Amino acid sequence: MSQKQTNRPPGWAQRLLERITAPHLREEIQGDMDELFQKRAQRHGYPKARLLYVVDLLLLLHPRLWRREPNVNFKARYTRYNDVSNPFFFHPTMIRNYVKIAFRNLVKNKAYSAINIGGLAVGMAVAMLIGIWINDELSANKHHKNYKTLYQVKLSQTFDGQRGTQDALPFPVGEELKSKYPDFKAVAMYDRGEGNRSLIVGNQKFLKQGLFIGEEAIDMFSLNILNGDKNPLKEPYSIVLSDETAKALFGQQDPIGKILKLDNKVDLKVTAVVAKQPKNATLQFDYLLPWSLQENMYDWVAKYVKTNWENNGWGVFVQLKDGIDPAQTNAKIKDVILSHLSNDPNTRKLVKPELFLHPMAKWRLYSEFAEGKNTGGFIKYVRLFGIFGLFILVIACINFMNLSTARSEKRAKEVGVRKAVGSGREQLIGQFLSESTLIAFMALVLAFGMVLISLPYFNSLTTKTMAIEFGNPVFWGIMLVFTIFTGLLAGSYPALYLSSFNPVKILKGGVHVGKSASLPRKILVVVQFTFSIVLMIGTIIIYQQMQHGKNRPIGFTKQGLISVSSSNDLTTNFEALRNELLASGAVSSICKSNSPPTQWWSSNGGWSWKGSTPEDKSAIFTTIATNFDYIKTMGIKLKEGRDFSRDFTTDSSGVILNEAAVKRMGLKHPVGEILKWAGKDRTVVGVIPDIVVEWSPYQTVRPLTIIFEKDRNWVSFLCVRINPAMAPSLAIQKMAPIFDKYNPGFPFDYKFSDTEYAKKFYYEELIGNLSAIVSVLAIFISCLGLFGLASFMAEQRTKEIGIRKVLGASVTSVWGLLSKDFVLLVIISCLIASPVAWYAMNQWLESYTYKITIGAGVFLIVLMMALAITLLTISYQAIKAALLNPVKSLRSE
Amino acid sequence: MKGTQLGEFEEIVLLTIALLYDDAYSAAVVEELSQRLERPMSLGAVHRTMQRLEEKRLVHSRFGEATAERGGRRKRLFTVTTAGEQVLQEARRIRNELWADIPKAAFGGGVS
Repeated sequence: MSQKQTNRPPGWAQRLLERITAPHLREEIQGDMDELFQKRAQRHGYPKARLLYVVDLLLLLHPRLWRREPNVNFKARYTRYNDVSNPFFFHPTMIRNYVKIAFRNLVKNKAYSAINIGGLAVGMAVAMLIGIWINDELSANKHHKNYKTLYQVKLSQTFDGQRGTQDALPFPVGEELKSKYPDFKAVAMYDRGEGNRSLIVGNQKFLKQGLFIGEEAIDMFSLNILNGDKNPLKEPYSIVLSDETAKALFGQQDPIGKILKLDNKVDLKVTAVVAKQPKNATLQFDYLLPWSLQENMYDWVAKYVKTNWENNGWGVFVQLKDGIDPAQTNAKIKDVILSHLSNDPNTRKLVKPELFLHPMAKWRLYSEFAEGKNTGGFIKYVRLFGIFGLFILVIACINFMNLSTARSEKRAKEVGVRKAVGSGREQLIGQFLSESTLIAFMALVLAFGMVLISLPYFNSLTTKTMAIEFGNPVFWGIMLVFTIFTGLLAGSYPALYLSSFNPVKILKGGVHVGKSASLPRKILVVVQFTFSIVLMIGTIIIYQQMQHGKNRPIGFTKQGLISVSSSNDLTTNFEALRNELLASGAVSSICKSNSPPTQWWSSNGGWSWKGSTPEDKSAIFTTIATNFDYIKTMGIKLKEGRDFSRDFTTDSSGVILNEAAVKRMGLKHPVGEILKWAGKDRTVVGVIPDIVVEWSPYQTVRPLTIIFEKDRNWVSFLCVRINPAMAPSLAIQKMAPIFDKYNPGFPFDYKFSDTEYAKKFYYEELIGNLSAIVSVLAIFISCLGLFGLASFMAEQRTKEIGIRKVLGASVTSVWGLLSKDFVLLVIISCLIASPVAWYAMNQWLESYTYKITIGAGVFLIVLMMALAITLLTISYQAIKAALLNPVKSLRSE
Repeated sequence: MKGTQLGEFEEIVLLTIALLYDDAYSAAVVEELSQRLERPMSLGAVHRTMQRLEEKRLVHSRFGEATAERGGRRKRLFTVTTAGEQVLQEARRIRNELWADIPKAAFGGGVS
């Protein structure tokens, strides 16, 4: 170590001292330290002095060392009146000032303010509506007290290589679970019955929807008994009404103990009235019937299904005891069905029926299964619209930021003056943030108004009954946080940007916001338009897909076709009814069926045909059980063969196949082939095209067998073809008395097949409509922003345009000049948005079998639309600026 | 008046500033105290105390001359203000009164 270094304090310590000491103390402290060092060195030598230097440095470390000088004119702090330090930037006086300035600015630029507040309000309103919708979806079923311990028992089975999952279980499963497995606190069986039943009070008839359900269900689902017995489903001949139904049936009278007739068959006593379930609940009913009533009402229940483990048609709800892991229970109950079918090796090997529990929390939004695994469900749309809501909000915020920054030059002088007078940066940030928060609150009030006005329409669109929960503090909390967040987010960029201006530069000659300032603004415009364009492309593709499904050839004529729920009387008097209807001239054809014309309700395995293997027995064929005139009534064009005919007595053992079934069976000449099912030979009499009677109109058509059925129990519907020569309303009028005559226990209730078929597009229509609204609003908000920006640009370039015009520029060229920039931005947005939208929509289409392929056309159309909208929006401003007399614009100096 | 309370160390530093009269700056106070109290003093403690005294307006400061051993840097010279003097007098009076009132027997009559 050289001499020169040892007789000086350590360099690092000196540098550290230099760095951390506050400027106003630096000179004296460094001087003192040096002086002490020299004196100690003389007294004790350099090494000790160096050590003491470091020790002194360490002991100097204290906030007082680096704390900045509070004020140049140092004044004591403890007196009240000479305190001139900066006021806290959220001091009430300052806030009052911010608010005043904010209002003055709003009033001064009315157009900007309207665009700003309006845009933000629309964005918030959409986000709020979507929020309400998501909340409604997520809170479904939560009103049940046992929400966490309730489960639906589901069944997975493999048929023909495909593992499917269903609610439908054999009748005895519930009893088995209840008696043999201690994991369950309660088990309630129910019938999955579709359609309505007739309730008769005096001479009034009502069609209402209800279900047979175990008595435990009342407690399990914590149904609120408003009136009557606490265990109302114990006795077989009782009925529980919802308050709504009770009112419809009995008016103001007390319904308890009253007798009503069900399906014109049995008399039931009203034992209780329960509160109607909220609309988003899974368990919906107008009335409940005791599970035990089924056996008493239908002899076939006791005779065929009570001990039958192969007929799946009933459901089971269970409640686990507290603290039991459902996975554990799943392992226990997995093979309950299999153990009763064990005599069939085929089932064991191929079908592999497995029971498992599906928790209530997943009933609504995670209801889809594929290959025995839960694959989500409606939750994907909830997520999707959550993202949409966020998009819209972000777009509205971007607008706000863009307009505010664009106006920054106008506010720059204010910033300069404020800074010169002595406000700090944080004060300016505070000012702009509180200004934007104020605007956000004004937008919130406006958004509330919009939501209140639009909620009824939104409700009818989504078929819900949602309301703003004004009484809920959580709601207000969310609104408050949401608004402040929006305000801060929207104001952050202008706040940070404006406050960074240098006062000297501003006051000398205005800031020249060059390329660096307009680049972020351009990026924001691109982001905004990318969002909007993605939404636009998405919506168009959803609509295309929907239209594609609606245009699918369905193989039968759904117009002029109605279905009527069957009843005992109707099937007994069928021939008389048929003759009278045909004679009236209103009806051209009528047939019986086990399902409504637009659906299949039954499917069966166990078919064998020429050349079939034992494994083929597990192949599932959908089954329509019918009688004469099915093909004629449905309006199907036969491919081969003929309809069931009264002229051939052998047709009672006939069967009609669709093309998919012919293909599955591999029959070369199907007509005349003999198939075997349910221990009976059946001759193929005809082949029909693949009619679309699937649950989803986008599914592949499954192999279908239409069997001739004499058994009355299998008739659930009558399909009626209205005489094409007669107007449907007139025909209905003529039919009504005939049906009333033969079906005294039921009101005449009919459904048109075309409207029923259209209901299959419910989700696509819902999603399509919602996304159409969202994307139109997104475009609208983006355009508002664009309009504001364009008007600002035009204003800013007034002089430039004036000079150009003096030098001979035409209106068109000035228009082009102003539009060019924006058009470029929109094209860039399209280029970014197209692949994103293409990818996302391809993912969406994955879930459909019958689907469109996305063509380039959509993207071109959207590009054209976006350009057209952009040009329309900015042209007003551009042309206005271009038409301005240059004398006026240049004189202003 | 708030701030008349003096800590023990503050009192000692204030007295030293008065003692050094025209040449009272941090390093000098450190030197003086180290010698008188016979224990090493840290610059940090002294400097902070002097800052605090100034905030209490018991001393006021000005820049003095620069010397070579300070690397050409100026000293900050402190002078006791009238308020400072009053506080010192007050502290002294209290002590004197206390001493005067101590009974002779307390220290075994050994004080004279």
